[in-house]
Amino acid sequence: MIRNQLLVCAGGACITSGEKSVKDVLVDELKKHGIEDEVQVIETGCMGACDLGPIVVVYPEGTFYQKVTVKNADLIVSEHLVKGRTVGELLYTEPTSEKKARTSGDIPFYTRQVKRVLRNCGAIDPLSIEEYIARDGYFALGKALEMTPDDIIQVLLDSGLRGRGGAGFPTGLKWKAAREANGSPKYVVCNGDEGDPGAFMDRSVLEGDPHSIIEAMAIAGHAIGAEKGYMYVRAEYPLAMERFEYAIGKAREYGFLGQSILGTGFNFDIEIRIGAGAFVCGEETALLRSIEGKRGTPSIKPPFPAQAGLWNKPTLINNVETYANIPQIITNGAEWFRSVGSTKSPGTKVFALAGNVQNTGLVEVPMGTTLRELIFDIGGGIPGGKKFKAAQTGGPSGGVITGDYLDMPIDFDTVKDIGTIMGSGGLIVLDEDSCMVDVAKFYLGFTVDESCGKCTPCREGTRQMYQMMERICDGKGRDGDIEKLSRLANVIEDTSLCGLGQSAPNPVLSTIRFYEDEYRAHIYEKKCPSHVCKHLLIYSIMPDKCVGCTACARQCPVDAITGEVKKTHMIDQSKCSKCGSCYEVCRFGAIRKE
Amino acid sequence: MKSLEELKRIKEQTLKEMDLRQAKERGKVIVAMGTCGIAAGAKDALMAIIDELEKADVHDVKVVQSGCMGLCDKEPTVEVSMKDQPAVIYGDVNDANARRIVREHVQGGNVVADLVIKRENI
Repeated sequence: MIRNQLLVCAGGACITSGEKSVKDVLVDELKKHGIEDEVQVIETGCMGACDLGPIVVVYPEGTFYQKVTVKNADLIVSEHLVKGRTVGELLYTEPTSEKKARTSGDIPFYTRQVKRVLRNCGAIDPLSIEEYIARDGYFALGKALEMTPDDIIQVLLDSGLRGRGGAGFPTGLKWKAAREANGSPKYVVCNGDEGDPGAFMDRSVLEGDPHSIIEAMAIAGHAIGAEKGYMYVRAEYPLAMERFEYAIGKAREYGFLGQSILGTGFNFDIEIRIGAGAFVCGEETALLRSIEGKRGTPSIKPPFPAQAGLWNKPTLINNVETYANIPQIITNGAEWFRSVGSTKSPGTKVFALAGNVQNTGLVEVPMGTTLRELIFDIGGGIPGGKKFKAAQTGGPSGGVITGDYLDMPIDFDTVKDIGTIMGSGGLIVLDEDSCMVDVAKFYLGFTVDESCGKCTPCREGTRQMYQMMERICDGKGRDGDIEKLSRLANVIEDTSLCGLGQSAPNPVLSTIRFYEDEYRAHIYEKKCPSHVCKHLLIYSIMPDKCVGCTACARQCPVDAITGEVKKTHMIDQSKCSKCGSCYEVCRFGAIRKE
Repeated sequence: MKSLEELKRIKEQTLKEMDLRQAKERGKVIVAMGTCGIAAGAKDALMAIIDELEKADVHDVKVVQSGCMGLCDKEPTVEVSMKDQPAVIYGDVNDANARRIVREHVQGGNVVADLVIKRENI
C-alpha cells in the first residue's frame, strides 16, 4: 500500500545538478527505514524551475523541496516521511517577501503560468504510457480516427494555432496543403532540432511527455494520409532520444502505432532520425535533406515541403511544441484553444527564461503576456539590484526588446513590429551591465559558424559583418561602419537562400535600431559604455587610494605595474593586456576601470 | 488495444495509482508521527486509514503526517479536518479505531464522540 509518492524531477538541468545521486539516496534511505513498500519514487520530466534543481515533490501534501543534495536528501525520508515534519531548510524562500513556500502553489513562478504544452511535464512518469493515458492521453487519437481528415484540419484552422518553431505560420494551412498535395506516399515529420542557444522547450517535452508527440504525429498521419513519420532530433539530446524511443516501443505494444490502429484500418509508424547538431538543419528543407541521408543544406522554396518534401513526396513538417498542442485541441476543441492568448496568436507559448533574471527555467504563459509579467512577476526580477536593459528573443535570428516595450503584449506580430522575432521562445534577459554591441557580435558569431556555406550572401556576408563588429569592439571602428553594416545586413536579408541567412543580421540591425549611441561610443569615442569590450577598457591606479601594497604588481601577468612598497603604483598602458586581475585583487578600490 | 473502452479501463485503473497526486479538496486526515506517536503505533493507524479509505473508494481526502501534537499520553493522535467543518482531534487511535474514524466521521459525517480529545471552536 502506497502512502506517499516522491516525484523527483529528472529533466536535463536537474540531472546535471545531481538528480541521480539524490534519487539513490532517497531509495536507500527508504529501505533503511523499512518503508520502501509504502513510499514510491517516481522520476518525472522537467518541472520548469531549473535553477532550483534538483527538485523533489512529496505527495499527497505537494511539499516542494528544492536544491536537494546528497547530503540532505535523507532528511526528506527521516524527517518528512518518518516523523511527519516538513524539512524547512529545503523549502523555497520567496526572495521579496522572504516567506517559505510549502507547495508549488505558493511560488509565483508557478502560479502565474498556464500549463498546456507542459501540462504533463513534471507531473507524470514519462516512461509510463499508462500515466499518459490516465491524463487523457491517446483519447484525442481515438476521437480523431472517428473524424474525417477535413474535419480535423477544420478544427486546426478554427483554433488559429500557429507554428511554434518561430515563423508562426498557421498550422491548419500547412496540414491542408499536405492533405491536398498530389503524390504518394506522404510523410509526417517532427522538427526536434532545437538549435537556438538557450532554448530547451522541445527537449523538455520530448523528455517529459514523449507520448503527446507520438499521438499528435499519428493524428497528423490520419489527417494528411501518411503512414510514416520521422522524428528528427539532434544528437545532443540523448535523454530525449532514449525516452522517445522507449515511448515509440510502448505505443507499438499498445497498438497506437503499427497496423490498423484502434481497429480502424489506419496504419502509422514513427522512426527516429538523429541530426548531427548543425543549426541549419532546423530549417525545414535542410532537415529533410538530412533525413534522406544527404548533406543538410537548404533549398529554394517553392516547392514547399507540403508539395515536394522528403524524397520529393508531400511532407508535413511541424515543430515539437506545435505538435504538443494538437491532441488537446482535438480533445477540447478550437474554442477552448482560443480561450487564452491573443486574437491573432491564440494559445500559450513556452519561454526558456535565462540570463540576468532571478528564476531561470521553462515557463508557459498565454500569448500576449507582457515582458514585465514574464521577467518581474514570474522571473522574480533582475538579481543584484541591477536595472533591466533589454531582452533578447529569437536567439541568433532575433533581436532585442527594450525597456520601453516592457508592457507590450508579446505575440508573433507585436515582436515582429519592433524588429525581433518570437523564434522558438528563447528569452535572454540582459541587465544594465550588458554591452549591446558585444551581444550582437556574439549572436552573429554563432551564425557565422553555423552558416552552411551554400549561398554567398550568408557565407561571405555574415563573415564580413562579423569582422566589422570585431573591429568595432576592438576599438578600430571607422566612420561609416554603422551605415556599412546596415547596408550589408539588408543585402544579406534580401538575397540569402534560407531563413538562417535572411535572419542572421537581425541581432545587429535590432541593436543598431535601439542602441545606436552605444555603437557610436565604440566607434567614435573608442569607449564601451558598459565596460565589457576588453580592448576599449583602460585600467589605471588612483594615487589617492593606492597604499602601495604591491598586490596588483605581483598579480599582473605581463609585469605592466611598477612601484615601490608603500608608494603609489603605476600601470604601463603599452604593456597592459586588460586582463582585469589587478582590479580583482585590489582591496582598496584603487584601480579604476573606464 | 482495439477499442476506446479498453483505453478508458487503463485510464481508470491508472488514475487510482496516481491518486496521491490529485488535488483532494474534501478534507484531510493528519496523523501525528512524533517519536511518541510512532512508539504508540501511529504507523499502524496511518496505514489503516489509507487502507480503509482505499477500500471505501474515497479519493477526495488527503492523508498527511505531522510532527508531535504535544499530547504524548494520548498517542497515537489523529486530526480529522473536513472542509467547512471544525477540526476534531482523536486520541488512542489504534488500527480498529482508525477504521472507525474513517467509516463514521470521514464517510458518515458523524464525529466519533468516545475517541475525541479536542474539538475546534467548542
